[in-house]
Amino acid sequence: MTAVTMRRPLARAWSRVWAGRNRYLVGAVCLAIGVFMLMPIVFSVFASVKTRAESAAVPPTYFPHEISLDNFARLWSYQAGLPTYLGNSFATAFLTIAFTLLLTIPAGYALARFPIPRKEFIFVFLLLALIIPYQALLTPIFLMFASLPIKLTNTLVGLAILHTAIQLPFSLYIMRNSFESVPRELEEAALTDGASSLQALRSIFLPAVVPAIVTVMLFAFVTSWNEFLGALVLLSRASTFTLPLILATARAETSLGGTDWGMLQAGITIAMIPCIGIYLLLQKYYVSGFTQGALK
Amino acid sequence: MTAIRRRKLTGLLYLTPAIVFVAVFTAYPFVQMVAMSFTNWSLITPPKGVGLANFQGALNDKQFWFSLGYTIRYTLIITPILMVGGYLLALLVAPNSGIRRATRAIIFIPVVIGLGVSSLAWVWLFDPTFGLINKFLSDIGLIDKPIQFLGVEADLSTWSIIASVVWKVLGFGMILFVAAIQAIPSEINEATMVDGASFWQRTRRVTVPLTRRTILLVTLISVIGSLLAFDQFYIMTAGQPFNQTSTAVFFIYLNSFPYLHLGYGAALSLILAVIILVFTIVQMVLTRRSEI
Repeated sequence: MTAVTMRRPLARAWSRVWAGRNRYLVGAVCLAIGVFMLMPIVFSVFASVKTRAESAAVPPTYFPHEISLDNFARLWSYQAGLPTYLGNSFATAFLTIAFTLLLTIPAGYALARFPIPRKEFIFVFLLLALIIPYQALLTPIFLMFASLPIKLTNTLVGLAILHTAIQLPFSLYIMRNSFESVPRELEEAALTDGASSLQALRSIFLPAVVPAIVTVMLFAFVTSWNEFLGALVLLSRASTFTLPLILATARAETSLGGTDWGMLQAGITIAMIPCIGIYLLLQKYYVSGFTQGALK
Repeated sequence: MTAIRRRKLTGLLYLTPAIVFVAVFTAYPFVQMVAMSFTNWSLITPPKGVGLANFQGALNDKQFWFSLGYTIRYTLIITPILMVGGYLLALLVAPNSGIRRATRAIIFIPVVIGLGVSSLAWVWLFDPTFGLINKFLSDIGLIDKPIQFLGVEADLSTWSIIASVVWKVLGFGMILFVAAIQAIPSEINEATMVDGASFWQRTRRVTVPLTRRTILLVTLISVIGSLLAFDQFYIMTAGQPFNQTSTAVFFIYLNSFPYLHLGYGAALSLILAVIILVFTIVQMVLTRRSEI
């Protein structure tokens, strides 16, 4: 065995790092990987605080020589203005969260705790969006929204409905599992005390499924905040654009006269902040949501 | 008896909003899409049934086949990179120590950013004039004139997009692999260590086989996600040069919206949905089987 290992000094060196035998080597490799992964983000943030002149400098600079909020100021007043786009993104995300919770809390409760006929069939039906990619459904959804008496194209409500449809299977799955894991004795105690199912939901279940609610909210927010193709298809009036959409448009529109990268970097930075901030705050929910959702 | 009936009804009542929502916003659009795929719907003219013409058109549409082939090629290249890279990282950072936890958290950060936004950032990094990658390469003396990473040469564009996507989603597989590796009972690892197995032997004989299910599932998730790729291509190359970097979803988008060939777009969507369905079914069978 040693002979085999000796013949592969490189494999041995790597196994030292990976097996964690050499703490300093592990530290160095981890540090290198971490720096590499952070670089695109850090340089984007640096680029966003350069002065306008430095943002357009050729060749570009790695680090800002002078800190300035010029780029943010230009973004602030770009077309309908940053507050509008930021507001649109937040409004869509909050509507998505609200719709998702309103649909999946009662549905998760029912699937976990009620003797429903053909329960398996209903559950599979509710997970339909897992089987059909939403990318394929955009055209009919667009047509439906456009033909309603109150048009939902070019509205944030319409976009939030689409985001809810995307997010529903994952959220329902998390909710149902969480409702299922609430001890039965608690519920029985409440019901024998004469509580209605709604009272039991409010006083017994909701407090117990708070972690699932946080996970569902978190993922609904991030999905909605980051989603691009649906917004591109459903929104055509610039005043309804979400942040990723206006940034992509701004790049295309300014590309002929030289893209205003400084302003775009300001936008990229602003678009990244909520996602990274929430991630750092709620890391535990994030990771558990990912593992539950993907591995089941 | 009536109490059970009542509970049944109450349960159904709680389910109703979700059922109605899925029926209206997922099931109905799907039926509509299938119906549309047999028409020449175009928003301007009233739809007319055209039978299988759209599907025949798709069969003869060189650009559609090219886009589908390109998407499959992209998937075949990026999936192994994500799997091997994600697994190696997971092996490195799976043990719980301070620096490994921190590295894990950092590698995962790009996953939480939007793909559209990260793609824009990479367009800037790759830019021949303002981009830091060209600046760095010329600073270290590797190049004399800037490289046009995106939209000029098809292969280079593809690899550049792949690099940016790998950066963005590597942490996704890693975090799932870490969870799987950590779930291996420690007695098994201790037993193999007593046997004197080297780290790579242990990885090959024990760790990988015991995390097989996760490996398969992450592969499928990555395959399905890559087959549906859109944002990064729309933003980074918009199909350039000459539609040589046009993915299936990008091509469907072009047909459905800017060109308004809605019926044709629906037929293409249906074809893609069927391809995805195959992978989804495999994924579901795998998840089911391991639950038993």
